[in-house]
This record gives sequence, C-alpha cells and structure tokens, in this order.
Amino acid sequence: MWEYTDKVMDSFLHPKNVGEIKDPDGFGEEGSLACGDALKLTFKLDENGKIADAKFKTFGCASAIASASAMTEMIKGMTIEEAEKVTNKEIADKLGGLPEQKMHCSVMGMEALQTAIAYYRKGKGQESKEIQGKIVCTCFGITDIEIKKMVTENQLDTVEQVTNYCKAGGGCGGCRGEIEKIIEKIRGKKDQAKETSRPTKSKKMTNIQKIQLTQQTINEQIRPLLKNHGGDIELVDVEGNKITIALRGMCAQCRTAEFTLKDVVEAKLREFVSGDVYVVEEKTEIDPQHVHRDIGTEKK
Amino acid sequence: MKTVYMDNNATSQVAGEVLAEMLPFFTETYGNPSSMHSFGGAVGKHINNARGQIATLLGCDESEIIFTSGGTESDNAAIKGALAAEPEKRKIITTRVEHPAVLTTCRELESQGYNVVELGVDSHGQIDISQLEAELDDSTAIVSIMYANNETGVIFPIEKIGEIVKAAGAVLHTDAVQAVGKIPLNLSSAKIDLLSLSGHKLHGPKGIGVLYVRKGTRLSPFIAGGHQEKGRRAGTENTAGIVGLGKACEIAGEFIAEENTTVRKLRDKLEKTILTTCPDAILNGDKNNRLPNTTNISFEFIEGEAILLLLDQFGICASSGSACTSGSLEPSHVLRAMGVPFTAAHGSIRYSLSRYNTEAEVDFVAEKMPTIINQLRELSPFVK
Repeated sequence: MWEYTDKVMDSFLHPKNVGEIKDPDGFGEEGSLACGDALKLTFKLDENGKIADAKFKTFGCASAIASASAMTEMIKGMTIEEAEKVTNKEIADKLGGLPEQKMHCSVMGMEALQTAIAYYRKGKGQESKEIQGKIVCTCFGITDIEIKKMVTENQLDTVEQVTNYCKAGGGCGGCRGEIEKIIEKIRGKKDQAKETSRPTKSKKMTNIQKIQLTQQTINEQIRPLLKNHGGDIELVDVEGNKITIALRGMCAQCRTAEFTLKDVVEAKLREFVSGDVYVVEEKTEIDPQHVHRDIGTEKK
Repeated sequence: MKTVYMDNNATSQVAGEVLAEMLPFFTETYGNPSSMHSFGGAVGKHINNARGQIATLLGCDESEIIFTSGGTESDNAAIKGALAAEPEKRKIITTRVEHPAVLTTCRELESQGYNVVELGVDSHGQIDISQLEAELDDSTAIVSIMYANNETGVIFPIEKIGEIVKAAGAVLHTDAVQAVGKIPLNLSSAKIDLLSLSGHKLHGPKGIGVLYVRKGTRLSPFIAGGHQEKGRRAGTENTAGIVGLGKACEIAGEFIAEENTTVRKLRDKLEKTILTTCPDAILNGDKNNRLPNTTNISFEFIEGEAILLLLDQFGICASSGSACTSGSLEPSHVLRAMGVPFTAAHGSIRYSLSRYNTEAEVDFVAEKMPTIINQLRELSPFVK
C-alpha cells in the first residue's frame, strides 16, 4: 500500500476543477490508456490574460488524480508566463510530496500544462515552444530534453529515479545506458562503488577467459533485457575482438534489431568484456509468421 | 468501520480452531522435537499428526510431505531441486501466467543457461495442451504449471497434463497454493510429482508451507543443515506453524463441499450483480473452469488503484492487476498474456471470497460498486 499524504487523499477523494471547458484557450492531453494514466487539461483566460478557469479529466491512480487537481488549483490566476514556469516538483510539493514511484504523476500534470500553453500560443499565432530533442526511451517516447529537465529540476542521481519520474527506461530497459550518460553529464560522474558488482575485467585475458566473460555478460546483462521484448541471444563465436552472436525469437525479426545489436549488445560487451570488441550478427532464416511484439508502439 | 475482506487469494484469516491448536506450542510445548528429553520429543508426534492431516487432504502418503516456509520456498525448491537431480537435462517448461515464485525462478535459471519455454494462454487464460506436447522432449527436466491461477482463478487440466508429462519422462511440478482447500485434490490418482502449498491461503498461519514429493521423485536437498525432513530441508521445525497448517488442512477438508456450494453461490451473486449494474464491466478468465471463490472483473476506462482506494473508504478489501498497484509500469502479466487490452487490464479488480464472507457483505460490495465506478468514470477523459 502506498503511503499517500492526507493532501493527496483529500485531492483524490474530493478533486477540484473536474470537467472540460468549452471553447478553451488552452488544451492539452498527456499519457494514454496504454500507459495506465492520462490527463486532459483545458483552461480559459480572462481579459487580463490570466487563467480564469482550468478544468481536468484524469484516467489514473489516486496520485494522478490528485496531481491534476492540485495543478489546476495552482494555475488559476496565473499569467501564461507564470504558468509555464510551474514544475512537477511544485505540484508534488503542493500535495505534501508523492511516493517516489509516483512522481511521474506530477510530471504528467506539468506536461499537460505545457501542451495546453503551446496550444494557446499556436492559436494566437505565436511561436509555439514545442518540445524538441532526440527520443531516448522509445517505449514511452521520452526525449533527451525531457530527461535533462527531470534530472535538473528534481536533482536525480539514478536511472531508477528517472524511471519513477518520467517512465523513461521502465519498458525494455534498452535506453538505461543512455539515461545514465545524461545523468552523469548533468550531475557529474558518480563514485565507482557500483563497479564491484560487475564481472571482474582483467587487463590481459586468455581467449578462454574472454569467451567465458562474454558468455557471462550475455547471460547476466544482455539476455534479461532482450527477454523483456520476447527476444533472445546466443553466442556463436569469439575470434580476437570479433564477437559473433545470433539474435533469436522476437529480436530476430525486429525492425530495430540493428539498434539492439549496437546499442545494447555491443555496448554491454564493451562495458563488461573489453573496450575494443565489436559485434557481428549471424543471420538466421526469418519466420514470416512471427509478428513483433513491439512494446514501443503499443505504449504510446 | 467493519472490514469486508474479499482478498483471500492474497492471504486469509487464521481460523479460530487453528490458532487455538497453535498457541500451546509457543507457551507450553515449546520443546525441540530433535531433543533427547521427552519434553522435546513429545512434540514430534504432533508434527507427525499434522503430516497425517495434510496427507489426508491431499490424498497422499505422510512420508511424501516436506515442511517448508511457504509457497515460494516450495516452488523454488521443487524447480531447482528437480533440475539438480537431473543435471544432464536442461529444459524447463512453464507458462506465462505463473506466480512470480515460479516465473522469476525460471527466468533466473534461464540466465544461468537453462532453456526455458513459457507456454502462452488463450483469451480465457487456458493453455493449449497440444503446445505442451509439442514442447516436451528428452531434454525436458521439469514442467511447472500451476493448478489454479491466483489472479483469475482459472483451473488448469493438471491431471491431463500429468499424463502427458509422465509419458514424456519429465517431472511435473504444480503450484497448488490457490487450489488446496478450494477444490478437491487427489494425489493418489493424479500424476503429479511435486506440489506446493501454503498455509496462509487456507486459513492457516503465514510462514509455513509444504512441498509434496511423490515417492520415487528425484529431488536434491534444498536447505543444508541438520537431519530434519529426512535431511532434505534442514532447520528446526516451525512446530506451531506445522500444527496450525495440519489443523487448517483438516478443517479445509470438512469445508470443501461448502467452498463449492455456499462460497461459489456468493461469488456468483457478486459477479452477476456487478456485471449487470456496472456498464462496461468485463469478466476475465474461464467462466467454467474456475476456483469457486474468485472473480476478476475489468472496469473499462478507469484505473484499478483508484477503485481499490475508494473501496477502502468503505472497508472493502480487494486487489487489482493495474500497473499502479504494483509500482511497476506494466499491468498484470496474467491479463496481458491473455490478451486483455490495456484499457481493461489497468482497471481490473479481483474479489476472492472465503467461507467467512456473508451474503450481507456480498450485497454491500455489489451496492457500492456502481457508485465507485461512476465517480471515477466522471473523472475519466475516455468516457464521453
């Protein structure tokens, strides 16, 4: 059971500003049924350009409903410029805090607000500040800019925290390495204490040792990631720095197999085996009956 | 506020008679059955008595009962122990809808190089027997398929599965944690080699379970130490737990008919009323092959955690397969394996009844549901 604050429970049981404004000035939708939470926000401005009324509809858990209610209460009376500066942390603070795994609910509130403001600006012929950047988490469609914003505003240190705040990295896990790099860039490199849990990497390896370490890395680090997508991997051969692998199951026909090969398999092997290895794939016959279970498109 | 407990597949109330049976083992007869003095030694016959009570419920021999700390330990021990006993066989067959105690164990073994096959299920949550037949081969060490599913209550044709697995020369393990005490079992006729059960699911205490090991089944010892449980599971016996589990099994045997008449009727009434009074409510699972106490219903366009918290306001206890209740980002693996769409999986609620529930409670829950559902649907952006 989650430990919700009294404010969260009160906002969930008696939410304020439920509904939808007709002919709104601002309109924003975030999330989806697949994600397990979704929010629709509408607001209307008064003659002074301040938010006169804001209403929401939410599909989601208690904290999603409470976050949306708190956010609409906060922005009433604000100018667009003021509303634009509202962060997810302020929404969470207004509720007396949220469990860390539920922080993404406050983020959804902030994102719907930003989308609604962009809608307003577009209607006014002003340049919209659409979020741009490179998609990092393909499962939930989260960009590097969004992740950077999360890390900076909430002072996040770990990939797990980023997942709790914006879901990035919570699907197949293929982007966790990239998220870690973003965190390191912003927060500075963490101490290397975590390294101890990794397989030991000796400087000079015999070929047998290298093969064993490669197999160990595939078993412990790579296979669990691919299994999430219904895929699998087999080690075929190791010759010097050339590692030959075969992708099996769903991964064998995946459109993003090339991506998987470089960004997951090679990255992990370089991390755990040796910095100068490279990976080639042994192709197998494709079964046309197989349909890829693409978590990415299902999600968003 | 009165608690209306409809979450018996999660855990159940310890029966009064069970508690009464257990208490002296904390206060008076606290001796160690391995001791040489008669004060301790006298406890041994109570353990044997419990073994007998359990064996009677299962239809097996007393010597085939090993006490464990619960369902999870039994599942781990069965799978790992059977593999260790047959090191040359590297294949495990299970299903995608197992309890995490089985599924996580299998996936861990997979990362150690075992070949794990997870059988899929159809939209009713049933496995395809022909798929099992196709996957069974000489390299298959163990097949682990649950007796009944904890989320939907769907019962698998375990006796048929036993015939097939036996013919292929593999070991069959079944996680029967949800089935024992709810439906009649007879291990003397079923071809089951290993079976897990847990005390707290059948009105017994937590922290005690059983692994049934059919005579002649090769299983490596799983906890090293003293000679307890014939050296297969060392550690001083949880005497109070064992005695409590024995009593719980004895009572379960007496009430098994009631589970399938009275409790079933209550479940059916709850289910029928909710499906009629709540629009866009869908039943999950195989209606005709189900535990008598379980119903799993999806309410579209709303989210399970929110439903549970509103039920909680009335003292009603149930559970959900939504992502939010677990803290993960994915809804129930069981409902997803059945192909239940996300829209319905996130809003699924499981009600699991027991012989302690009353018709008044069923009416109370059924009466509250439409209000709760409508309250959340008014908030939902997906309802027009």
